Amino acid sequence: MELTKLTACKAADKIRKKEFSVPELTQAYLDRIGELNEKIGAYITVCKQDAGKQADNIQKKIDNNGELPLLAGIPAGISDNICTSGVLTSCGSRMLSNFVPPYDATAVKKLSQNGAVMLGKLNMDEFAMGSSNETSWYGQVKNPLDYGRVPGGSSGGAAAAVASQMACFALGSDTGGSVRLASSFCGVVGLKPTYGAVSRYGLVAFASSMDQIAPVTRDVADCAAVMNSIAGHDPLDSTSRDYGHEDYTLSLKSDVKGLKIGLPKEYFSGGIQKEVKEKVLDAAKVFESLGAEIEEISLPLLEYALPAYYIISSAEASSNLAQYDGIKYGYRTRQFEDLVDLYKKTRGEGFGEEVKRRILVGTYVLGAGNYDACYNKALKVKRMIFEEYQNAYQKVEVILVPTAPSTAFKIGEKTADLLDMYLNDVYTVPVNLAGLCAISVPCGFDSSGLPVGMQLIGKPYDEGTILRAAFTYEKYTGGNGGIDCGI
Amino acid sequence: MKSIPGEMEESTVEYEVVVGLEIHAELATKSKIYCGCTTEFGGEPNTHCCPGCIGMPGTLPVLNKAVVDYAIKAGLATNCEISSFSRQDRKHYFYPDLAKAYQISQCDYPLCRNGYLDIEVDGEKKRIGITRIHIEEDAGKLIHDESGNGTYVDYNRSGVPLIEIVTEPDMRSSAEVKAFFEKLKAILEYTAVSDCKMQEGSLRADINLSVRPKGQKEFGVRTEMKNLNSIRAIVRAVEFEAKRQILELEYGGVIERETRRWDDVKGESYSMRTKEDATDYRYMPDPDLYPIYVDQAWIEQIRATIPELPDDRKKRFISEFGIPEYDASIITASKTLADFFEAAAKDSKNAKAISNWVMGDLMKKLNDTGLEPSDIPFTPGNLTKLVSLIDENVISGKIAKQVFDIMWDTGEDPADIVEKKGLKVVTDTEAIRSVIIKVITANPKSVEDYKSGKTKAMGFLIGQVMRETKGKADPQAVNRLLKEELDKI
Repeated sequence: MELTKLTACKAADKIRKKEFSVPELTQAYLDRIGELNEKIGAYITVCKQDAGKQADNIQKKIDNNGELPLLAGIPAGISDNICTSGVLTSCGSRMLSNFVPPYDATAVKKLSQNGAVMLGKLNMDEFAMGSSNETSWYGQVKNPLDYGRVPGGSSGGAAAAVASQMACFALGSDTGGSVRLASSFCGVVGLKPTYGAVSRYGLVAFASSMDQIAPVTRDVADCAAVMNSIAGHDPLDSTSRDYGHEDYTLSLKSDVKGLKIGLPKEYFSGGIQKEVKEKVLDAAKVFESLGAEIEEISLPLLEYALPAYYIISSAEASSNLAQYDGIKYGYRTRQFEDLVDLYKKTRGEGFGEEVKRRILVGTYVLGAGNYDACYNKALKVKRMIFEEYQNAYQKVEVILVPTAPSTAFKIGEKTADLLDMYLNDVYTVPVNLAGLCAISVPCGFDSSGLPVGMQLIGKPYDEGTILRAAFTYEKYTGGNGGIDCGI
Repeated sequence: MKSIPGEMEESTVEYEVVVGLEIHAELATKSKIYCGCTTEFGGEPNTHCCPGCIGMPGTLPVLNKAVVDYAIKAGLATNCEISSFSRQDRKHYFYPDLAKAYQISQCDYPLCRNGYLDIEVDGEKKRIGITRIHIEEDAGKLIHDESGNGTYVDYNRSGVPLIEIVTEPDMRSSAEVKAFFEKLKAILEYTAVSDCKMQEGSLRADINLSVRPKGQKEFGVRTEMKNLNSIRAIVRAVEFEAKRQILELEYGGVIERETRRWDDVKGESYSMRTKEDATDYRYMPDPDLYPIYVDQAWIEQIRATIPELPDDRKKRFISEFGIPEYDASIITASKTLADFFEAAAKDSKNAKAISNWVMGDLMKKLNDTGLEPSDIPFTPGNLTKLVSLIDENVISGKIAKQVFDIMWDTGEDPADIVEKKGLKVVTDTEAIRSVIIKVITANPKSVEDYKSGKTKAMGFLIGQVMRETKGKADPQAVNRLLKEELDKI
C-alpha cells in the first residue's frame, strides 16, 4: 500500500483500525518530501523532528485507545504566511526571512488540537501576491504535473505539495483566488470559505477585508473534514463568526436533484481557453443529468471586478505591510545613516518587485487627492458586485464557472505582461469581493494533459450546498483519482 | 522668524487671540484598547506587551468594550451627542514607536460630537464648543541612550486607550483656556474616565492658536503646539504664542501654518515642521474592526453611572456647608480634594473653618510640595478633629498651625499630637499667675512704662508670658491676670 496516496479521511480510518501507525505515515510523507522537494520546491521549511515527535505522541494516544479527534495522525503542510510557533514564517519574503513567531495561528492551533501532524511550511508568492508562485524569495514552485509550468498562486506550494503527495492536505490562503487557482492548476480541491468562517488570527495580513485561510485537499470529503477542524468564531478575530454549519461533513451527500445552478454567460466568453470552457460546460451537463436545473444567468459587473480588486487589495496591502520597517523583527539593512535611510534601505532590499509595486499602487490610491477617485470608487464597485450576486442568488443556489481562464501556463510566460498575469484571477476575485464561498474541483484535462478546474460559488455561509454539489460531481466522475502527478 | 527689536512702537491695532484645543486623555481602563495587556504606568520596558502591541504579523485588534463605555461617559458628561454609528480608521505614518506604522483612530465617524462646556472667567459665563471626541490607541515611546549609543523603543504604552477631545476655536484668552482645561480635567476625574495624571502623560493638550485684528471675521493663520503636559505650560504657551504672532504681524511678517514645539524650560516655542512637509495620513477604515453601533439602551446604561459633576457639587457645597462660592469652585475643581473636604466637613460643626484650612494651609502644602490631593498624608477625620480642638478651646489657633504641620509630616491624629507634645491651652490660673509674677519681676522697666500710661508695654508683657508658656496659656486668662497683678503694684 502506498500510504501517501490515501486521502485524509481514508488514512485516518486506517490509523484507527491500526492498519499502519502514525509514525509510519509521517515517515512516508517525509521520505516523499526528501525525494521530491528539491525538484518541486514546495516546502520552505521541513519540520522533520517536530513532525516525528507529534506523530509519536498521537500514536501513544491511539495505543492507549484514547478518544481520537478527526484528523488524528494526518500529516499536513502549512503555507508560510500562517504563523507557527517556533517555526520560521517567512511569507516567501526576504523581509521575514528570519521571523519566528512566538504564537500559532488559530487555524494551526485547531489543526494541532485535532491531531494533525505538521510536516512543514509551504512556499508561496511573496506575501501572497502573485498568481504563479514566481515572486517568492525562496524560489519558484514547479507544477508537479509538468516541471516547466507554474503551480498557480499564491498558494502554489500548498497545491503542489498536495498534488505530489508531499502532504496529505494543506492550508493556504485565498485573498483573490490564490488557493482555488493553484488547486485548479495542480488538479486538487481548494475551498475559499466565506469571509469570517475561519479565524484570520495568525494569518499574515495581505488584504484584511478579503483574506481567508483555505484548505487544499485531495477530495471534497477531506475538504469538509478540514473545515470541521478549523472553522468557527475566534475571540482573537472580531471578523470571524459562527454560523450553523459547524459539521461540514453532513453535506457530503450525493444529491443535486432540483438544485438550481446558474451559468453566468460573462464567465464563458472573452479570453477563455476553449478546452477549459468545454470541460466546465461538460460538468454542467453532468449536473443536469443528475437532476440539477441549469440556468443561464448574467453577471455583467465581472469586468469591473479585477480593477476594483487590485485597488482595494493593494490599498490594504500598503497599510498592512507598513509595519515591516526593520525596527522590531525581520530583515534590517546592514548600514544606514539615519532613520529614514534605515526605512528606505530595509524596505527597498527586503521586499521583492511585485510587493513594492502593490505598495506603491496602494499608497497612491489612498492618497488625499486620489482616495475618492480610486479607493472609494472601488469600494462602491465591491458593494455593487455583492448586490449583483445577491440578486443572482434569488434565482439560483449555486453558480458554476471556470476557476481560471486557462490551465497551468509555462514558467516565465506571463512575467513580462502584468495585465496578462493579473487576468488569471478574473474568475476568482469576485468571490472575495462579495465575501462568498467557492470551491474549485478538478473537472478533466486539456489536450496537454493539464487539469481543468471548475468553481462552484455559494452564498455567504452556504459552504454546505457547494460541498454537496462538489461531492456529488466527484462521486459520479470518480474525481481526480486518475492523477498520478506525472511522477 | 525674523528678528524682532526689543522695543516696539505702540500698536494701533487691537488683536484678538483665538484658541482651540485638542486634548488627549488616557482612559482608566485596566486593559489596553485592542488586547488584554495591562495599562499600568511604568514597568520594565516592553513587559506590558503581547505580539499585538509590537505589531507582529498576523495579530489582530479586538476592541475592548470598556473603552467605548468610558468614551461614551466622557461624551455624555460634556454634553455630546453619541453617534449610533462610528468607525475605526487607520492613520498611517512611519515612526519607530508606532509599532504597526499606523495608529487606529477615528476619522470621519467619531463616537461623540457637538458637545460643550460652560466656563466662567472674571464673573463672565461662556460656552466653549466641543467638536468631537474619538477613541484611539497610544503609541510606545523612544528612549535615547544617555551615552549616545542608540535609541531604544518601549512599547508598554502602545495600545493604551486614549480619547481625543477636540474643541471649537472658541477661546479668546489664556484665562479662558485655563478655565476650560481645568473644567474638563475635573469632569474626567469625577467620571473616573481618566486619572488625569499630567506628569505621567495621562492628560496632554495640543494648542491651535491664531490671532486677528479685533472685529475681523476671518480667522488668522493658525499654528499648532503639541503635547503640553501641565496647566502652567498651557497658559504660558498660549501667552507666548499669541505675543509672538502679534509681533510677527506688527512687523509686517506672515504667520506660517506650522507645528511648533513648546520648550517649557526656555519658555518659548520654536518651529518643528511647516505645512509643506505635512504628512498625508492616508486614512482608511480598518478592515480588522467592524463599525461600532451604539443603541439608546447602551447610552442610558452609561448615563446612569455618571456621578455628580463639579458644577452640581459646587452648588451643593455652597448651600449645604455655607462656604463661599469662590472656595467651593476651587475645592470642587479637584474631585479628590472635594472628596476630602466633604468627608471632613460632613462631621464637623464648623464647615467654614474646614474650608479655610483646605483653602489655606492645605493648598499651600500641596503647592509647596507639588503633591496631588490624593497624596494628603492625613485623613479628613483628622482635619475635622483639628478644627474642633480649636473650637473647643483645647488648643489655640496658633498652636493649631504647629499641629497641622506635624499632621502633614506624620499623619498622626491631632489629639494625640496635642497630648504627646503637651500643647493644650493652660487654663490653670495659679500656674499662669506664677509665670506672670516671674515676668513682672524680670521686666521692671516695662512695668514702669505701663504705670506711666504707656499701654504698649502691656502687649510686650503678654508676649513674654506667652513665650514662657510656649503659647499654650489661655490668652484671655493671661490678659485678666496680668492686669490684676499690675494693679497690685
